[in-house]
Amino acid sequence: MDWTRILTNVAGEAFAPATAAYALAAIGLNIHFGMTGLLNFGQAGFMLLGAYAYAITAIAGWPFFASVIAAMVAAVLFGILLGIPTLKLRGDYLSIVTIAAAEIVRIISRSTSLTSLTGGNSGLSGGDGYKESFESLCPFPDGSTTLWLWTYPNCTSNSWWLRLVAWVAVAIGCLLVWRWMRSPWGRVLKGIREDEDAVRALGKNVYGYKMQALVLGGIGGAIAGIFYTLPTSVQADAMGRTTTFNIWTILLLGGAATVFGPVLGSVLLWTVFMLVKSILRDAELSFITSTQSEAFSWMLVGLTLMLLVIFRPQGVLGDKKELAIDVR
Amino acid sequence: MSAETPPTPAPDARVGGAGVVPRERIAKDLAAVPRVPGAPKPDPIIVADGVRRSFGGINAVDVEHLEVQRGAITALIGPNGAGKTTLFNLLTGFDKADVGEWSFEGRPVHGRTAARMASAGMVRTFQLTKALSRMTVIDNMRLGATGQRGENLLASLLPSVWRSQEAAITARAYELLERFKLDTKADDFAGSLSGGQRKLLEMARALMTHPTMVMLDEPMAGVNPALTQSLLGHITGLRDEGMTVLFVEHDMHMVRHISDWVVVMAEGRIVAEGPPETIMQDQAVVDAYLGAHHDTDLGDDRLLEDDVVEQYEAEAEAEEATQ
Repeated sequence: MDWTRILTNVAGEAFAPATAAYALAAIGLNIHFGMTGLLNFGQAGFMLLGAYAYAITAIAGWPFFASVIAAMVAAVLFGILLGIPTLKLRGDYLSIVTIAAAEIVRIISRSTSLTSLTGGNSGLSGGDGYKESFESLCPFPDGSTTLWLWTYPNCTSNSWWLRLVAWVAVAIGCLLVWRWMRSPWGRVLKGIREDEDAVRALGKNVYGYKMQALVLGGIGGAIAGIFYTLPTSVQADAMGRTTTFNIWTILLLGGAATVFGPVLGSVLLWTVFMLVKSILRDAELSFITSTQSEAFSWMLVGLTLMLLVIFRPQGVLGDKKELAIDVR
Repeated sequence: MSAETPPTPAPDARVGGAGVVPRERIAKDLAAVPRVPGAPKPDPIIVADGVRRSFGGINAVDVEHLEVQRGAITALIGPNGAGKTTLFNLLTGFDKADVGEWSFEGRPVHGRTAARMASAGMVRTFQLTKALSRMTVIDNMRLGATGQRGENLLASLLPSVWRSQEAAITARAYELLERFKLDTKADDFAGSLSGGQRKLLEMARALMTHPTMVMLDEPMAGVNPALTQSLLGHITGLRDEGMTVLFVEHDMHMVRHISDWVVVMAEGRIVAEGPPETIMQDQAVVDAYLGAHHDTDLGDDRLLEDDVVEQYEAEAEAEEATQ
């Protein structure tokens, strides 16, 4: 077993663009669930909309930042659309509507009638030109660079440049959440999470605050969609229900209602997953094929999650004291 | 548990002290009010007309006319299912009436949302206390303050915009917590407080909104008797500061102690009104809604003596025979 290679892969996964993208999506979900108590089961739908809005406008020749804004606008509209009918109802309705809406987005975007726009079933790849506006902003020279153990291209696709920008975005997300959590605005959200009627009785427009939270967290998802697709391709089926549940796993693993929980959760989930997968593959076990080993890794991840929820329900970074309070 | 000991003088003590002026003045104002359901008041803060709310064919609330005197403590009593809490929910905007109009401080407010009623100065508490459990006591209090600049999404990112206001809010919150003897709990989670302390916290939090009218839904439910006197003191304190209080209550002793006016509801309607001293003697009220033994302390050992039990059994039989 080549431990150097395994550990290099595992550590490389810790700062991969996809890990950053999942962290961003989980930061968004943290605004929904951790801060406001909204049960959004359609975060993948926000990612997908963001990715498509970015890619389609980028192919149309929009500059990078205009495309990012397009992705954000798509998330805002989607959030408002979801929020209008559901936010006045009890919390579970939002989860039903979001999971359905995310599926609708996925199924519509992969439908053949939209092939000219979304690439239909096969999606959009780098060849369609959606990566160019981002890569043209790259300040580094062409070629690839080796930093210590890892070699990646400087600017193209799965690049150092993408890693840099994605993690800067994660840092900005954390900074914003940190600021919001310690502000009166965050306090209102927390009050809504605890008991929205009590907050309403104090004269706050609960509906408006929930809408703001839904839209903001959705923007986090949309930006995540951009960074998730830039190293690979835009594929509707790559952002389905599994993605949503991975984001939930990440949030609960790291600790909801914490600033760094989503980041830590994302890094932990993907490194552990990579570790298990690499070991199984290298062990060359006779009774398990490489496809099976991937599925088996997921089973182990699931088992870990179950143990975590049972023995440390507040997540790695969560406050046990806060969770110990019995909430009826 | 500092809050478990009665910190304020009992309401009885107040009658002879500082509380004498408002209570007697209100009693004088209300002396001329006729003792009939829907009686007009000299200075009403709430005037309601034809308010009806039905749940599946049953009229939960069917109030023809109701006026609530400004600056007084009005008690809303009645048996279970009389529609007291539903009327409360309607007035505070937590439920929508089928028909009916009502005004608060002279402005029509029917159909307004709960948040807008609260900002108009009518703040409520809940029967099942809504302490925000996983927030600290002080954060519960700060949340109550209205007009916070930092509660705006973008302004919240710039602490310089709201820091001075936040300091003022915090200072006021500590003042109120001190008054309610919760200041030592300021940094604890609200969920760690006892039931009575949560009631106090909810009341204190409501006061953070600077209300003109406080609506208390069963303020004594589930409160440790040691805390009852202190809570009563706080409620009369609200009136003495010029606030109007409307409360729903089952505990007749409490109603008699602190209220200036009593409104009795049954089956959604208002069936009687009057000052607490005489309303209890209203035969219709006593028979129909309080029971003949409403005055009896159920914890009294004397009730277990054989002759008393026999007497009550005989009464019960006689009652059944007449029905």
